[in-house]
Amino acid sequence: MSVDSKTVKKIASLARIHMDDAEVEALVPELNNILGWVEQLGEVDVSGVEPMTAVIPNTLRMRDDIVDADPLTAGGVRDKVLANAPVAEHGFFGVPKVIE
Amino acid sequence: MTDITDLGIKAIRDGVREGTFSAREVAEAFNANVAGGKELNAFLVETPEHALAAADAADKARAAGEELAPMAGVPIGMKDLFCTEGVATTACSHILEGFVPTYESTVSANLWKAGAGMLGKLNMDQFAMGSSNETSAFGNVISPWRRNDGGNTDLAPGGSSGGSASAVSGRLCPAATGTDTGGSIRQPAAFVGISGIKPTYGRCSRWGVVAFASSLDQAGPMAHDVTDCAIMLQAMAGFDPKDATSLDLPVPDWESALSSDLKGKRVGIPKEYRIDGTPAEINELWDKGAEWLRDAGAEIVEISLPHTKYALPAYYIIAPAEASSNLARYDGVRYGKRELPDGAGLQDMYAATRAEGFGPEVKRRIMIGTYVLSAGFYDAYYTQAQKVRTLIARDFEQAWEQCDMILAPTAPSAAFGLGEKADDPLAMYLNDVFAVPASLAGLPAMSVPGGLDGQGLPLGLQIVGKALDEQSVLNAGLAIEQRAGFTARPDKWW
Amino acid sequence: MTESTYRIQGATGDWEVVIGLEVHAQITSNAKLFSGASTEFGAEPNTQVSLVDAAMPGMLPVPNQECVRQAVRTGLALNAEIHKYSRFDRKNYFYADLPQGYQISQLYHPIVGEGVIEVALDEKDPDSEVRQIGVERIHIEQDAGKLMHDQHPTMSYVDLNRSGVALMEIVSRPDMRSPVEAGAYVKKLRSILRYVGSCDGNMEQGSMRADVNVSVRKPGEEFGTRTETKNVNSVRFVQQVIEIEANRQVDVLEAGGEIVQETRLYDPDRNETRSMRSKEDAHDYRYFPDPDLLPLELTDDFIADCKASLPELPDAKRKRYESELGLTAYNAAVLTAEAETARAFEVLLKETAAKQGKADTEVATQVANWSLSIAPGVQKALEVTADHENNTPAANAAILAMVSGGSVSGGQAKEIYEIVLKTGRDAEEIADTEGLKQTSDTGAIEAEIEKILETNADKVEQYKAGKDKLFGFFVGQTMKAMKGKANPQIVNELLRKKLD
Ligand SMILES: [Mg+2]
Ligand SMILES: [Zn+2]
Repeated sequence: MSVDSKTVKKIASLARIHMDDAEVEALVPELNNILGWVEQLGEVDVSGVEPMTAVIPNTLRMRDDIVDADPLTAGGVRDKVLANAPVAEHGFFGVPKVIE
Repeated sequence: MTDITDLGIKAIRDGVREGTFSAREVAEAFNANVAGGKELNAFLVETPEHALAAADAADKARAAGEELAPMAGVPIGMKDLFCTEGVATTACSHILEGFVPTYESTVSANLWKAGAGMLGKLNMDQFAMGSSNETSAFGNVISPWRRNDGGNTDLAPGGSSGGSASAVSGRLCPAATGTDTGGSIRQPAAFVGISGIKPTYGRCSRWGVVAFASSLDQAGPMAHDVTDCAIMLQAMAGFDPKDATSLDLPVPDWESALSSDLKGKRVGIPKEYRIDGTPAEINELWDKGAEWLRDAGAEIVEISLPHTKYALPAYYIIAPAEASSNLARYDGVRYGKRELPDGAGLQDMYAATRAEGFGPEVKRRIMIGTYVLSAGFYDAYYTQAQKVRTLIARDFEQAWEQCDMILAPTAPSAAFGLGEKADDPLAMYLNDVFAVPASLAGLPAMSVPGGLDGQGLPLGLQIVGKALDEQSVLNAGLAIEQRAGFTARPDKWW
Repeated sequence: MTESTYRIQGATGDWEVVIGLEVHAQITSNAKLFSGASTEFGAEPNTQVSLVDAAMPGMLPVPNQECVRQAVRTGLALNAEIHKYSRFDRKNYFYADLPQGYQISQLYHPIVGEGVIEVALDEKDPDSEVRQIGVERIHIEQDAGKLMHDQHPTMSYVDLNRSGVALMEIVSRPDMRSPVEAGAYVKKLRSILRYVGSCDGNMEQGSMRADVNVSVRKPGEEFGTRTETKNVNSVRFVQQVIEIEANRQVDVLEAGGEIVQETRLYDPDRNETRSMRSKEDAHDYRYFPDPDLLPLELTDDFIADCKASLPELPDAKRKRYESELGLTAYNAAVLTAEAETARAFEVLLKETAAKQGKADTEVATQVANWSLSIAPGVQKALEVTADHENNTPAANAAILAMVSGGSVSGGQAKEIYEIVLKTGRDAEEIADTEGLKQTSDTGAIEAEIEKILETNADKVEQYKAGKDKLFGFFVGQTMKAMKGKANPQIVNELLRKKLD
């Protein structure tokens, strides 16, 4: 499978990365080079093989239903949450107006 | 007395404990080296006051007769992938410019708890994507090493933990944190002649570490020798309930159990790692490494890891796929850069912010990752790659029936000149060919310096162990270290 | 089971509507799905947001076990298959209410598989029109934050308080064929969730909302292309959306157009649906297993504990009320429709039976009638002045015991109840001091009857000649003479004895 500039544009739009035509054109051969190389995986016989789900055998641990048990994963930290925001007003993050 | 900055973790720790020198003297000496090492571009942010505060705490504790913490008095460098409270953290990307975390990563918090101090934040490949530290938004890191041809070509320190490698090797810090997704601790360690270990996936918490590829990312130490790696890994590792993939196991006392006696151990030599085009010097060092391990009592056996060839292509599907999703949060809403062209709506803002904020290699990987996950391609690429990954892990499982650890070169080349591979992403990716399989299988793996090549540049040897068996990896590393007698170090030119 | 006959009449003939619902129900939990922040409703903006919920760099999710437990209990309540192996997947898209740039959800391996909900279309006759609506799956996922559009001229404001709150998405099969069926399905689902306690079902606050999938077809033909109207937050709106959307689609199709598979938004003020611009190109979600989370594996013990913790569910309860307590199908259905109603009924039933020293079955009908019609009637008339605190099971049981024992008439019971609600005074004391008691003194009643029969000898003649209706006249006269305080049952008995 190889990509053309139309596909690259579509992918860039899905990934929300603005690209001008020159950037798109430059990426087409680069991506095709990489994709052509990874496609050798198709040679591998994977019949009966499950995709890997856990790198190291381990079971999913869960948390108890306790509010603010650990300050590092607790709520009530609005100042910390907003501290780095490019735009924060009245306790909200501000973004360009969205029309739904 | 020798220069304090020639010392490693153990020597500093013991010296402070014994009162040979104060922790403040240590911190001041390294702060000075950091300040004088700007040409290496290893440090992005210098935090001398942090190092001094930790040092003073250590000195005070000693004066009070208290027992000193395991790394009390040892200042270290912190890779910029670790979020550090109140200290700018950017992952070396413009998209995080200005970001000052309001929280401390678990690993760095563990280190501070162990008494370590921070000299500063270390340069790296942008979002840890790179093998030469040339993708940083804040300039290349320069290796302290020079070829012995009398020229002064700037060499790559390897990547992505290039700042860590350069800083430790250049004696700007006695040790530094690294992270390893597909070789990012081991390959730079090899390039600059230091030691580094990536532990078993899940040993070090990922909480507070800027994510690249979640199923692969592991933090680890980079230091002068194996003992220092053991001490520092012990301080970094540990169960963290905030990371659902963290291993709920006690941290072994690796330092105390260090032993270079490998009697009864079998070391596997994977035949698939003999790759065409590998420089003869690297294969010769590999043979020498096997000899050293035999000398330490180990039995050497040839093994087969049949899917080795497919590890790198599988990695370059899985890691970008995860990264494309992990990096979606950099959107200019809650932190970091925001680009808002005139009249731009929300989605335009995202596209402009990410176009400005991400460097070319990061964009390339996000594009690959987005593509391989997109409708119609998911199974052909991602699912296939995860199946191949299962096979790669199975290769190792089968190998463990024949051996206890595996010896291989760390990288297929010595350090290359900055710019030499920058135009060919694929050639750059291939530099991690020996490192990636252990990453895909989540296994502990370490690089130790083995010798110099004809250009006078360091070469590393890699030991891969069974899951959770960091001890065997460290022990084999120690056996090599004792026999390799690697004492070479770069001359100070900066 | 009967087929739906709901049809849209178009110019080209009748159209059938096909409806599937994806109901998002907020799982009742103290903390969020993957962080320790509170889920409480109505807090100041961004105060219930942890670093994890704001997707700060390096933050990681750790699942809340209670949310998993509630999803499993819900699945068990729907007789659905519980998947011992499930996974969390990432659904990738960019939006300001989605800080991670992906929603953690479950696509490939949901926690709950196939189940079924039995829905009655006629509340008064719950066994007459019954539909089995298939549930395809239930999965667990994160809720998004909230965007405020009208607080600033050029900006939208983002509040992440809801970001990361646990939801169950309950996906039905496209088994519904009319707005009534869809409404009944939502109500029944809500009832079950409330019984189970896995969701409070509060649609106004958004803890339950439906994505309404609608398509139309000529009866017997293949499914048409569907549209999905998002986040509809009341039963009435669900039904309106179906009507509007079905009619719109019929109009489009009959005008020769095609239905576009798209996401739409319901505007209740204008009662119309419109295409959602913001979701236009979001169709490639690039789902993949979340590498921050291992597979979710449930043990048999965990599932057994979930099962053991389930209460009696509405269908089982309704059947038991009919068979064991002898209630009418209608009463049983109404009493069991909501967990709260059933719980109150059962408390009063116990209290009443104890007070009267009788079995539950002997007083069940009395309690049901009181609870469903008499008591609510009095409450409704009072409304503002009634103090809820006074409406205790003990007070109600005391009134019912007096009625049962014959010392208080039905009318007096209502008057006593009214005073109880207003003042909280003791029911028996009220009956005594307010003269709200009827007499069962046979002698006194008999004396009055004698007088009445004497003065109305002509009517007695007519009655005996076969004019049965006059019996009521004698009862009325006696009650009047007794100033309404005679036990009507005894009046009846005595009159019968004299006249028949
Ligand atoms: Mg939906
Ligand atoms: Zn959903």
